[in-house]
Amino acid sequence: MPKKGLTLQQKRAWSGIIFILPFLIGFVLFFAYPMILSAIFSFSRMTIHTTGYELSRVGIKNYRDAFLVDPTFNRELVESVGNMLMDVPLVIFFSFFSSVLLNQKFRGRTLARVIFFLPVVMSSGIIATMESTDYLRNYVMTLGVINQNVETSTVLGSFRLSHYLLEIGLHPTMVNYITSAVNRINDIVSMSGVQILVFLSALQTIPPSLFEASNIEGATGWENFWKITFPMLSPYILTCVVYTVIDYFMSPKNVVMETIRTTAFVLANFTYSAALAWIYFIVVSILLLIIVRIISKRVFYYE
Amino acid sequence: MDNIIRVITVFNKRKADLKEYRWYKILIRYASVGRLKLMAWSIVRAVLIIGISFIILYPLLMKISMFFMDQKDLYDRTVKWIPKNLTLENVKIALEYMNYWHTFMNTVKVVLFTTVLQTISCTLVGYGFARFRFPGRSLLFSLVIFTLLVPPQTIMVPLYMNFRILRLLDTYWPYILTSATCMGIRNGLYIYMIRQFFRQMPKEIEEAAMVDGAGVFKTFYSVMLPSATPVLVTTVLFSIVWQWNDTFYANLFWVKNQVLSSALSALTDNYQQFLRITEGIHEFSPVYRSLLDNVGMLLVIFPLLILYAFAQKYFIESIERSGIVG
Repeated sequence: MPKKGLTLQQKRAWSGIIFILPFLIGFVLFFAYPMILSAIFSFSRMTIHTTGYELSRVGIKNYRDAFLVDPTFNRELVESVGNMLMDVPLVIFFSFFSSVLLNQKFRGRTLARVIFFLPVVMSSGIIATMESTDYLRNYVMTLGVINQNVETSTVLGSFRLSHYLLEIGLHPTMVNYITSAVNRINDIVSMSGVQILVFLSALQTIPPSLFEASNIEGATGWENFWKITFPMLSPYILTCVVYTVIDYFMSPKNVVMETIRTTAFVLANFTYSAALAWIYFIVVSILLLIIVRIISKRVFYYE
Repeated sequence: MDNIIRVITVFNKRKADLKEYRWYKILIRYASVGRLKLMAWSIVRAVLIIGISFIILYPLLMKISMFFMDQKDLYDRTVKWIPKNLTLENVKIALEYMNYWHTFMNTVKVVLFTTVLQTISCTLVGYGFARFRFPGRSLLFSLVIFTLLVPPQTIMVPLYMNFRILRLLDTYWPYILTSATCMGIRNGLYIYMIRQFFRQMPKEIEEAAMVDGAGVFKTFYSVMLPSATPVLVTTVLFSIVWQWNDTFYANLFWVKNQVLSSALSALTDNYQQFLRITEGIHEFSPVYRSLLDNVGMLLVIFPLLILYAFAQKYFIESIERSGIVG
């Protein structure tokens, strides 16, 4: 780094680079390098010695196996993408709605906020994984009280709900979607912590003058919501959708993630698991690209 | 409205029935449409918030109720929340088979190292991205977002292999190295949050500090950093919680040693192993397994809940001021 003859701007540029140096080092050592290695692994076969490992090239065999030989991977991938497409709108809707609620002034608001952010603490990592498969919880949530197998209605009454919805004349797929959402409300709530946080702090950024002006013009709360709050928050809907999609695919609850992990560390098939991980990564990226394309067309940017 | 007023003037003339007169006064005070709407909304809101709160608290309440519950009570139809037979047996088993105190200390150490290092490194990097212009800045920042997009499974095998060859598995070094270089759990998100926060600070503060003779680093830690407390609280809380509950890196970096999360996932299997050897029981009921799991889960998240109880004030406040979406 030359000391002499630097303008103030150049000096500041250098200090900036020094500030982000930890990330640069980490990116090269613990991200880019492993990623390249893993790409190489995915095209090879590995033999492990006590001191290291040896690679031999096999071409696209691992990838071909994933799609054509592996009996479960295709199914798990499709299932995971399908579930994601079902869950993400629910999470966004729920967190948007909750943040608007929590932003209003009422008695006990702090307590409500403390409770709404509890999922951030309570359902992450291992706790979320174990809870989603917990026998008793699932039993209680879907069948009512233990030892009452004859009980047909669920705790949240979605059996009766579906009956009413069908009576109204909704399409059965729609009814199924709604009732399954009601039954999985716990999972949806537990996925929404960070999104509520983002929406809530986004609500703070809306200039109060907008509401003042529209109130003077005689707008109702309902109109305020659709004409001001919703468009002003729409860029953050994009942020939250991206976050939710990523969170959904990266969570250890996800079947594909679990498969990749067990392939590597239980079956000790490291190269095959690297190939699976790459396929997964590419699928996720393409999906994200499509989603971002679709949403960013409808987003409103202020200023 | 006119009708009511006429009625009241009638009543004003002959105030014989005071009771009914009062009733109309109340009617006039509350009967305006706006007030009714407001009241109806606040009732609906209260119902919604209490309902959702119940859904959120339900798993926690269930764990607390199971904590001292005897196995018998699970099959008892009359027991719903409050156990009839109290026992510490399950807690003892969970503590023993998770090797609780030892793994607890391990977890505390890991979380302490990672949180401190991640917070420092991500703050530096986020500040660097927010306040300085240098060539390739936006490209490098898109790399930060890129690290969030790539499933950790993609780089899992090479990381594991490299740390194995370096003989660093089962030490604190993998955690220390990755945290110090912003490659821990979701560190891209922290960098993003911190950058958004520093970006909204007015340039004048920086310039004033420079005129007063403060260098770049002095400006950073004595002028800019103190105002960043809200976003740092959020970062610290996230990084503690996510590291505490993480099993992915725990299983990747530590093969023999255990932290609470990995001990918890092995709890029921370990106990079953023990029962198989000593009593020849091959499979115990899924209900009992779930009971043990729930006791173990409460033991694991209990320290986090205490922490959250203390930190919630700053955390909730920080939402309004952190401007993480800037």
